[in-house]
Amino acid sequence: MAKIDEYAPIVGQSEVDCLKLIAQRLKGRVIQNINSTAVGGGVAEILSRMVPLLIELGIDAKWDVIKGGEQFFAVTKKFHNALHGRFEEITQRDFEIFMETSEKNAAELKIYGDIVFVHDPQPITLVKNKSGNKWIWRCHIDVSDPNRKVWDFLFGFIKDYDSSVFSAPGFSQELPIRQFLIPPSIDPLSDKNKELPEEVITAVLRKYNIIKDKPIITQISRFDRLKDPLGVIDAYRRVKKYIDCQLILAGGSATDDPEGVEVLEEVREKAKQDKDIHILLLPQNDIEVNALQQSSTVIIQKSLKEGFGLTVAEALWKAKPVVASNVGGIPLQIKHNYSGLLCHSSEGAALEIRQLLTNPAFARKLGENGREHVRSNFLVTRHLKDYMLLFLSLYHEQDIVYL
Amino acid sequence: MQELINAKEPFRFCARLHLPELTGLRAVNLAQLLDLIDKAPDSCIYNHTHRFLQQHQYLSPEPPNDFAFWVTEIIGERKLGEELASIDTVQYSSIESLRSKIAEVIRSYLGKNPLAKLRFAVHGEEFHFIKSVSFIMPTGYTVNNLEEFTDILKKVTIDSIYFHVFEARLRLERKANDFSNWIETSIGDKELADKISKLNPYMYTLEELRKMIIRLIERRYPH
Repeated sequence: MAKIDEYAPIVGQSEVDCLKLIAQRLKGRVIQNINSTAVGGGVAEILSRMVPLLIELGIDAKWDVIKGGEQFFAVTKKFHNALHGRFEEITQRDFEIFMETSEKNAAELKIYGDIVFVHDPQPITLVKNKSGNKWIWRCHIDVSDPNRKVWDFLFGFIKDYDSSVFSAPGFSQELPIRQFLIPPSIDPLSDKNKELPEEVITAVLRKYNIIKDKPIITQISRFDRLKDPLGVIDAYRRVKKYIDCQLILAGGSATDDPEGVEVLEEVREKAKQDKDIHILLLPQNDIEVNALQQSSTVIIQKSLKEGFGLTVAEALWKAKPVVASNVGGIPLQIKHNYSGLLCHSSEGAALEIRQLLTNPAFARKLGENGREHVRSNFLVTRHLKDYMLLFLSLYHEQDIVYL
Repeated sequence: MQELINAKEPFRFCARLHLPELTGLRAVNLAQLLDLIDKAPDSCIYNHTHRFLQQHQYLSPEPPNDFAFWVTEIIGERKLGEELASIDTVQYSSIESLRSKIAEVIRSYLGKNPLAKLRFAVHGEEFHFIKSVSFIMPTGYTVNNLEEFTDILKKVTIDSIYFHVFEARLRLERKANDFSNWIETSIGDKELADKISKLNPYMYTLEELRKMIIRLIERRYPH
């Protein structure tokens, strides 16, 4: 795993020095992160990079994971969908299942942090164990239009936190506590984002029987309805009428997502026997994801809802032209016609993919701008800085803080 | 060629880091935007007129303030957007005076174009008021003459340049930027201080600004 000084050639030595200076202000404080899964999904991915880097900076950062069975995760998946505004029938029994597991976790999970940093709704009730320390709730979900029943239930816990964090301005709600805006980030030195030798990319394509004889359109995402993989196939078919191309739909699965298998089957059914559609289930293979992104001509992210859309930042960092939905945190990453193209439908996505495939110079320029935008705003070093400032803000209420 | 002068007081480089804080305040039309501009905390006005400087340090496609961008791109009132983008921020010495000017431009436009009040942002495109929480921190770099000053200016982060040029003047309401102030009072070179003061910092990226200041100093005091 990369050391903090290895980021200097990418973001500048002075940025790295600045991180070290801020970290000194947090010496002696224990930061306890809590989430619901150790692997799979964006939250676990960020924590697996963030925690070691905080430790290297001299901060006592820890990471604990709550436990939950199949029923609990089926309920939290329903909550997740409902918070994203999708219709879900939430029953009283669902809340009971959620509370039963939450109470077990509250009894078993030791709280020891000076700052307890709780990620997403699954562990949210742990705040009932608050006793003199500081608590932050980090919402990674697009809650711009949440199901009120679920939101009101969660609000009963959120109000007891000291601060909250959201990934995009549109996600903020009326809350009695402070709300900070901190978009997530990617790690430019991780297996998923580092530069790969050509032979590695070729080997991955060979492994999946992908021949680079025609443009490759790729969506990397969990098989999840909110990522609209069926809409991606629609868009691909519209492009294919005019330009011979191939489509890669590739993604892993998270341990807290029981719906993935069902969606994967729907995608296979819709793809039928089209030999130019490659449906790849990649369980946590970052090098392969990286290789697929790097070998793509255009990258698409046609989500219906999106907490942030880290796959967009990953694609932009690889200087790829991106077509992505104008939802969630995606417009923070893409300025239309400047660092990528935003769409609102499968039809729109298809038109934009065609524009990029027929205008490679324009596509290249969008990719280059996208990479610089990510360098300035969405790398892990900026995220580390924001988190450290967030921790410090718990001890300062003013708008101008002298450290 | 000028002789190198030892400063009466050393210059201590600080850096300004910031964290955006959401307020839950949002506008869907120009009347609401105006109402909230009148009421929002200073930190919001500051954020929406300065955010672009640190976020888009490379060539930026955005007009120099968020109000102008939203009015143009989302509400579709291009003339008002242009008027807002043209407000010369460097002319204002306090957030309050800048706020009054922005409000006055919108109020006057709505007076002359009442139909503009009927334009609404669609769901998801509202204007969200966001505060900027500043953390000011010494960098550990202290210098005693202009040679040391330029050496350090070449390597500090843009957060440091931002603090001494923008934040110190407008948000902390010091008379001039910190660099000019020190060069005038501690080095005693008013001419150089004035040259740096006269740069319009809003017309450059922070990296360009760094280079411009270094160039002015090195021309006056060649090694």
